[in-house]
Amino acid sequence: MNQTNKPWEIEGLTEQEYNMIVDLLGREPNYTELGMFGVMWSEHCSYKNSKAVLRNFPTEGEVVLQGPGENAGIIDIGDNQALSFKIESHNHPSAIEPYQGAATGVGGIIRDIFTMGARPIALLDSLRFGFLDDEHVKYLFEEVVAGIAGYGNSIGVPTVGGETYFSNSYQGNPLVNAMCVGVMDHEDISTATASGIGNPVMVVGAATGRDGIQGASFASDELTDESEEDRPAVQVGDPFMEKLLLEASLELIKTGCLVGIQDMGAAGLISSASEMASRGETGIELDIDLVPKREEGMNSYEVLLSESQERMLVIPEAGKEDLVEQIFSKWDLNAAVIGEVTDDGMIRVLNKGKKVAEVPARILADDAPEYKRESKEPDYYNELKSFDIDSLFSIEENRLTRKDDIDYNNILESIITSENIASKSYIYEQYDHMVQTNTVVLPGSDAAVLRIKGKDKGLALTTDCNSRYCYLDPERGGEIAVAEAARNITCSGGRPLAITDGLNFGNPMKPEIFWQFEKSIKGISKACQALNTPVTGGNVSFYNENPEGAVYPTPIVGMVGLLDKLEYATDQFFKDIGDLIILLGKTESELGGSQYLESIHGHVKGRIPELDLEKEKKIQETCLELIKAGFVKSAHDCSDGGLAVTLFESSIGNLKGADIKIESNLKAEELLFSETQSRIVISLARENKEKVEEFIGDSIEYQVIGEVKGERLKINNLIDIYIEELKTKWEEAIPLKLIK
Amino acid sequence: MRFGIVTFPGSNCDQDLRYVVEEVFEIKTDMIWHKEDLENNYNAILLPGGFSYGDYLRSGAIARFSPVMDSVIDFANQGGLVLGICNGFQILMEAGLLPGAMKVNNNLKFVCKHVKLQIKNNQTPFTEKLERDQILNIPVAHQEGNFYIDDRGLDKLKVNDQIVLKYLNDSENPNGSIENIAGICNKKRNVFGLMPHPERASEDILSSSDGKKIFESLISFLKEGVN
Repeated sequence: MNQTNKPWEIEGLTEQEYNMIVDLLGREPNYTELGMFGVMWSEHCSYKNSKAVLRNFPTEGEVVLQGPGENAGIIDIGDNQALSFKIESHNHPSAIEPYQGAATGVGGIIRDIFTMGARPIALLDSLRFGFLDDEHVKYLFEEVVAGIAGYGNSIGVPTVGGETYFSNSYQGNPLVNAMCVGVMDHEDISTATASGIGNPVMVVGAATGRDGIQGASFASDELTDESEEDRPAVQVGDPFMEKLLLEASLELIKTGCLVGIQDMGAAGLISSASEMASRGETGIELDIDLVPKREEGMNSYEVLLSESQERMLVIPEAGKEDLVEQIFSKWDLNAAVIGEVTDDGMIRVLNKGKKVAEVPARILADDAPEYKRESKEPDYYNELKSFDIDSLFSIEENRLTRKDDIDYNNILESIITSENIASKSYIYEQYDHMVQTNTVVLPGSDAAVLRIKGKDKGLALTTDCNSRYCYLDPERGGEIAVAEAARNITCSGGRPLAITDGLNFGNPMKPEIFWQFEKSIKGISKACQALNTPVTGGNVSFYNENPEGAVYPTPIVGMVGLLDKLEYATDQFFKDIGDLIILLGKTESELGGSQYLESIHGHVKGRIPELDLEKEKKIQETCLELIKAGFVKSAHDCSDGGLAVTLFESSIGNLKGADIKIESNLKAEELLFSETQSRIVISLARENKEKVEEFIGDSIEYQVIGEVKGERLKINNLIDIYIEELKTKWEEAIPLKLIK
Repeated sequence: MRFGIVTFPGSNCDQDLRYVVEEVFEIKTDMIWHKEDLENNYNAILLPGGFSYGDYLRSGAIARFSPVMDSVIDFANQGGLVLGICNGFQILMEAGLLPGAMKVNNNLKFVCKHVKLQIKNNQTPFTEKLERDQILNIPVAHQEGNFYIDDRGLDKLKVNDQIVLKYLNDSENPNGSIENIAGICNKKRNVFGLMPHPERASEDILSSSDGKKIFESLISFLKEGVN
C-alpha cells in the first residue's frame, strides 16, 4: 500500500466522507475498517448518487411481493408461484477483460436469483458496443458473447433473449447487462436477513482468493487508458462451481432450516455480512481465520473485500450446521461456520480471535451519504431536437425529380444490414436457448415465451432500450423504452407485469449527465405508472465514459409478462398465404432519431417520436384481447426501422411475403421508415375480418394494409424484394462485418 | 418399466430427460447420483447432456471416472440398453463404450440450433420406429461435437453399420464431424450416443417433436423384448 496522508483516496472516498466516518465512529477508522467503508460507500454498493432520484420509481402494485432492496424483486404469478427477476450491469469488467467480465456478470445475476429461493429459468442479455468496423470492438464483441455463452450454457440456464445495439458512443465502453428470471413456490421465498441471536454464520461454496479486490470501487470510476492495469480487479468465473452451488443452495432452502441467505458479489464478505445484519437490525461477529481460503497469507482486508465468485453467506438455525455441511459436501463444496449473529448491531471482525475491525453494520450498509448532484440541460439537447429533417429531402421539385432515382429497395437493404437491425442469430446461436425445455417462442421474435411446466400458463420476457432516443430526449426515451417492452410482451400474448431496470450512464458529477439520469427516471416512472408495471429492482451503473465522452444514456428496461394460457403464445411471423395484414395504430411523420436517419444519412438528430401513453395502452389492450380471442396469427411491434423493416421481419420466419397497399399523404421515407410509436402489425385469417373489425370498433385507429402473399415483399410501388435473398443478406451482415 | 438417469456434477439436461420420459412416455425413472452404483433392475440407462465437471480437461474425460461408470459399463457389457445424449455421448466414448472422439466444433464456437438429420440405421433398439433415410429436425447444443475417428475405425463403423444418424448434408452439419456423423452405436447395438437432443424435440409445444421417435423406438423394443 502506498503511504499517504490522505488514506481515504486509496479507498475512493472523499475527505468529506472520511470526516463523516470519523464522526459516526467517534474515532479514526483503522486500515481494515477504512477498506470496508471504501467499498460499502462506493457508488456501486451505496447508490449514493442515485438513491434520491430512484425513489421516484413506482415500486408497488398488486403483484409485487418484494420490491427493491433485496437481492432481486419478486412478483406473484398465481398458483402459489412467484417470479424473481433482476438485471445487473458488468460494464467496466467487460471493457477490461471481456470474457470473464461478461461471464461473471451472468454468474452474479444468477446467484441473485437463486439466493431468493427461485430456480433460474431464463437469462437475457442487453449488450451495447461501438460499430464493428473497429478491431478492438470486434474483440470485445466476440469475447463478451463467448463469455456469456461459456457461463450460461455450462450452468444450464437458457439465454432466451435480449438485444444488441451498436453506436460510436459505446466505443471503448461496452455495456453488458444480464437479466435472470427464476420461478419458485411462495413458501421457498428466502430473504437476506441476519436474525436470531446466536445463529451461526456460514460461508458456503468456493474458497476465497485475492481476486476482484476493490472491484466495486473500480466499477465506480471512469475508464482511462490505464484501466487495463486494473485487470486483477476483474474476477474469474467458474460456472461448474456455480452449478453445484445452485443445486446445493436450492436443496438447502427446501429444507426450511435457513434464516437468511445472501450472495457474495460486489464487495464480497463485508457487503453480505453488513447488509444482512443491517436488514435484521442485528450484528455479526466473524473470524476471518475460519474462512476457507485458496491462497496463503491473506490479511483481513483481503478476505473481507475479496470478490471471489461462487460463494454465499448463509445463516441457518442454530444446531442445523451439520445439515448444511452434509448437503454441501454431497456437492463437494465448502461449508464453514465463520461466526454468529449478535445483538449489538456491530460487524466485528476477528483474526484468530483477535479483533481487527468493529463497525456498526447500519453505518456501513445504510448510512453512506446521499447526494443530489447538480443537474443541467446539455447544450446539444435543443440543438439536435430542432434539426430540420425536411432539409434532407431538399426542395419540392427536386424531390419529384429525385423520386424516380431513389431506389427504396436499396435503402431498405442498407437498413436491414446495419448492425442494429441485422439478424442476431450469430449471437444467440452461441447461447443454449433451449435447455430446460421451456422455450416456446425462440429468440428472434418480439419477446421470448417460456412455458411453466405443469401449469397452463407462460412467461413472456424482453429487454428494451433505444438509446438514440434516450440521448436525444431522455425523458421520452425512458417512456418509450417501457412502452416498447410492454408492446413486445403484448405481441407475444402476455400481460405486462413488472420491470427491472439497468440504468447505464456517464459520470454523475457532470451536471449534463445527471440531467440525463433524472429525466430518464422520470420518463420510465411515468410510463410504468400508466402501464401498471412497477419497478421491482435493478442496477445503476455510472461512470460509463471513455476519453471520448459518455455513453448514450441507456436505461435498459427488462420486463416480464404472464400468458394466462399457453395457447396465447404468439410470434411475429406471417403464417398462411391469403391472411390479411392489419396495422394497429397510425404512421405519422416521425423520422427523428430513426434508424433510417442513422443508416442512410449518418445523423442521430431530430425530435424523437411522440408517445401518448393512453393511446399506447389501448393499442396494447386491443392487441392482447384479439390474441386471447384467437384471431391473431402473428403480431409484431412496429418500431426500430419503421413499417418496412417490421413487415420484412414478419416475412422471414416462414418465408411468406406480403403485398401491401397503403394510402397515405406521407413522404415515401416517412411511410416506410418513420418510427411512430403505438403501432403493431398483426395478421389474421381473411374470414375473421368482419369479426375483428367489429371487435376493434372505433377504440383505436387501424388500417387493413394488405395480405400475406408469395415470396416477395411489396409495398405500394416503393418496395419489391425477394424475401429469401434479403433474408440471407440480413443473416450474414454481422458475420461479414466480423471477418472484414 | 424403469429407466435410470445418471446425474453427474454439472449435468444440466438430466431433469429435461426425466420430464420427457415420465410426463410424455409415462415411464418411471430414478435419478442416479454419480457417486452411487446402479441397482440392477433398470430397463435402460440414460446419460444426459450438460457440462459434467464443467467440461474441464475435455468433455466427458473426468466423468468417466465417476463411481457410477463401473456399473454402467457392466450393465452395457451384459447387453443393457444405454443411451448417451450430447455430454452423455462424450462420456460413453471416454469410457470406451463407443469408439471415436470429439473435437471442438470447427468454428470453435458453441452452437445451439435446429438441424436436419437423417437416419442411417433403423435396425437398432433406438431407431426401430424410424425409416432408413428418414429426415428428422432436432436441435443441437454443444461446443465439442466434432466427431472424429481414424480411417480404420471409420471402416469398422461402416462395415458393422454402426453409423445410426447423420447430419443431412454439409450445410446442416453444425460442427464439422467426419462424414457428417451425428450418432453411432456399438457393434452389439445396445449402446447409442448422439449429439442432438431428442428430449428437446419430444413435445408439440416445442418447435419440433421429431425426437419422440427415438424414445418410442426404445420403449417399443423393450416392450417387445418383455413379451
